[in-house]
Amino acid sequence: MTTSPADSDNSLQCPLEGIITLRGLNLYYGDFHALKEVHAAFQQQTITALIGPSGCGKSTLLRTFNRMNDLIPGVRITGEVLIDGKDIYAPETDLTHLRKKVGLVFQRPNPFPLSIYDNVVYGPRLHGRPARRELEDLAEHSLAAVQLWDEVKDRLKTPALALTEEQQQRLCIARVLAVEPEILLMDEPCSALDPLATLRIEELMRELKKLYTIIIVTHNMQQAARVSDDTGFMYLGELIEFGETGQIFTRPRDEKTEDYITGKYG
Amino acid sequence: MDKGKFVERVLFLLALSSISSLVIITIFIFEEGLPLIMHTGLKDFIFSTHWAPTKGFFGIGAMIVSSLLVTLGAMVLGVPLGLACAIVLAEFCSERVRRLLKPTLELLAGIPSVVYGFLGVIWLVPLIRDHLGGPGLSLLAASVILGIMILPTVISISIDALTAVPDVYRDGSIALGATEWQTVRRVVLPAASSGIITAVILGMGRAIGETMAVIMVAGNAIKLPSSVLEPVRTLTSNIALELGYAAGRHREALFATGIVLFVIIMVLNLSATLIARRR
Repeated sequence: MTTSPADSDNSLQCPLEGIITLRGLNLYYGDFHALKEVHAAFQQQTITALIGPSGCGKSTLLRTFNRMNDLIPGVRITGEVLIDGKDIYAPETDLTHLRKKVGLVFQRPNPFPLSIYDNVVYGPRLHGRPARRELEDLAEHSLAAVQLWDEVKDRLKTPALALTEEQQQRLCIARVLAVEPEILLMDEPCSALDPLATLRIEELMRELKKLYTIIIVTHNMQQAARVSDDTGFMYLGELIEFGETGQIFTRPRDEKTEDYITGKYG
Repeated sequence: MDKGKFVERVLFLLALSSISSLVIITIFIFEEGLPLIMHTGLKDFIFSTHWAPTKGFFGIGAMIVSSLLVTLGAMVLGVPLGLACAIVLAEFCSERVRRLLKPTLELLAGIPSVVYGFLGVIWLVPLIRDHLGGPGLSLLAASVILGIMILPTVISISIDALTAVPDVYRDGSIALGATEWQTVRRVVLPAASSGIITAVILGMGRAIGETMAVIMVAGNAIKLPSSVLEPVRTLTSNIALELGYAAGRHREALFATGIVLFVIIMVLNLSATLIARRR
């Protein structure tokens, strides 16, 4: 593994340990080097935003945290991704357990073509045979957590695809919450939503932060500034700068970060 | 008139002629067959099991039941096998293996039915006779052969239905910690269900309409079977076996048998179309 001076800078400027700690993470799609020597630490019960131009690797980075990249043929990873101190790329990792603990909300709402209820309890049903009563409680609890319960409680058995896009995205978040994760990964969760719905989802994220660690990939810099505690700026597969959101947006250390947030490219 | 317009007209005429041949066949079958149904009465024709055309008894009940039983048997064997095969090819194997295997399976559809019947006669029928008893030529033999013959239909339409399920459903399920099999069973199959039902119905249509292979292995006795090892005669076999020497009312009765088949297959195809459209 090669280490350039810029990389060692990077590892110096962020705390050494977090709920997720990255040490010298590299990811290759075949010959393409998509993530380059990434060091970072994500803190518990914070919201971290990953920003950067399209194709910079932010979604790829997000998906290394629950190993969704495993589904893509030809992916190779070196370095370490530690969650709660354990390397999730170690051979003994239980993928089911990992993905329960680290939930992912997708860019476009993707409720299954099932009823609202069956969507919410999908995860819990995978991981055992919970009693009916237990599932119903869980469904209510999860839907209430995303402020959807009052809107759908009378039509839980109707198809989830009949909901509005915002409701669908809330449902997808509820579906993840129902498996009781610790970390929520959100891959541009508002990109399919209108501005008002976006604000409501952001409000929801602030609420969820009390219980979960959230990492959000976003194209929307205002969103990153509004909602996150920490921000990481990525460019061409490198994590250029990682730090407290206020600092990144007001006094970026790196020229590239400054150019990006002031809109010189992106 | 420019050249494009001219080609368009010619193609339109050609299309029209193929559609009109369908219409003409329909009219012809009904015209030839309906008088007998009027004469015998629809109820007697369909429900009576007494078929003695030279003596004036035209009851095709036993043959309707046999056709349905043979088809049911083919479904029991062919659907689980075909669906399992489709799931493996669509979900669990590499793109390269699928590209090799899918066309190979579709080749099955190109084998002439007489070859299936031939294999049935020299291999399956003796096997049944020696190990299970009876004459070998039987309901069971016909079901097994038809079960194999419907595989390409069931597999290839099911694969299309499964691959049409968007990957976002699979990703969503995997991200919740589901295994691949859980994902297939709980999300992909339900999402593909209308396409799979269409596959099954079209397979049924193929099974009920098959003639040559069935004649060769079914034994063709006109009676209600009391076990799967007994010989049966299907609607299609009846027409093919007797048309050569039938005349008068007898000939009409065979066309009337054709009407019954025609209606059954129309109903099947129509429901397949409706179910496919529901998606």
